[in-house]
Amino acid sequence: MSGRPFGKPSAWPTAQRSRFWRLGAIATAAGAFSGLFGVGGGTIIVPLLVLWFGYGQKEATGTSLAAIFVIGVFGAVGHALYGNVDLWKGVLIAIPAVAGVVAGTALQQRISERAVAGAFVLLLVGSAAVLVF
Amino acid sequence: MDPLDWSGLLAFGFAAGIAGGLLGAGGGVPFVPALVLFAHQSQLGAEATSLVAISLVSLVGTWRQRGYGNVRLRDGLLVGILSPLGVLVGVALANAVSERALELSFASVQLLFAWQLAKKAGLR
Repeated sequence: MSGRPFGKPSAWPTAQRSRFWRLGAIATAAGAFSGLFGVGGGTIIVPLLVLWFGYGQKEATGTSLAAIFVIGVFGAVGHALYGNVDLWKGVLIAIPAVAGVVAGTALQQRISERAVAGAFVLLLVGSAAVLVF
Repeated sequence: MDPLDWSGLLAFGFAAGIAGGLLGAGGGVPFVPALVLFAHQSQLGAEATSLVAISLVSLVGTWRQRGYGNVRLRDGLLVGILSPLGVLVGVALANAVSERALELSFASVQLLFAWQLAKKAGLR
């Protein structure tokens, strides 16, 4: 599992090269869906890290947050250039949300991987239902 | 903003944070309607502003999860850094395929993932 994604891909051993391309595929799918629907990054990233890379469910959610941070910053900067961002209101709603994420991550450590997976399955089914209906 | 607006922002924001922390996904969803309803933003303004909140929440969430040993930082950052490629693909898709077809494909992918994750976790 020693990924070494930085540097020149052509110089890496085959396993690392394949890992780089698979992570790139996850990034492309996540970027496409979040660009199209405004949401959806995490619902692509978490399952693919679990199913394709053998991540644990909790590890996948933690790593997904790191990816979403970068995706969020790109999006926010892009929108800010067009003057669409109200920074004050963004920070205002982020204050309770930051408290929530601290509570949510702490709660996650107290429940089983299986329970996290179950909750994630419900999120996916709910999200699919919203898209269809 | 009146007291109802403040409590709406508080409740939606907190719920969004819990979902993001627990599931690593879905945390951004409640921000947009909350910003439209309680902060009186336009749909576009809310979508743009929600990204500020998403960035802050995922930053703090990553920091907390890293403390718990649940973050493979290089993989996560790489996925984030390469994601703009996907946005370009998304724009191309949006021009080539009907919106309904895209919604149904995305929903099918999510249901497939739900099935596979449930199977892997031994939930069925």
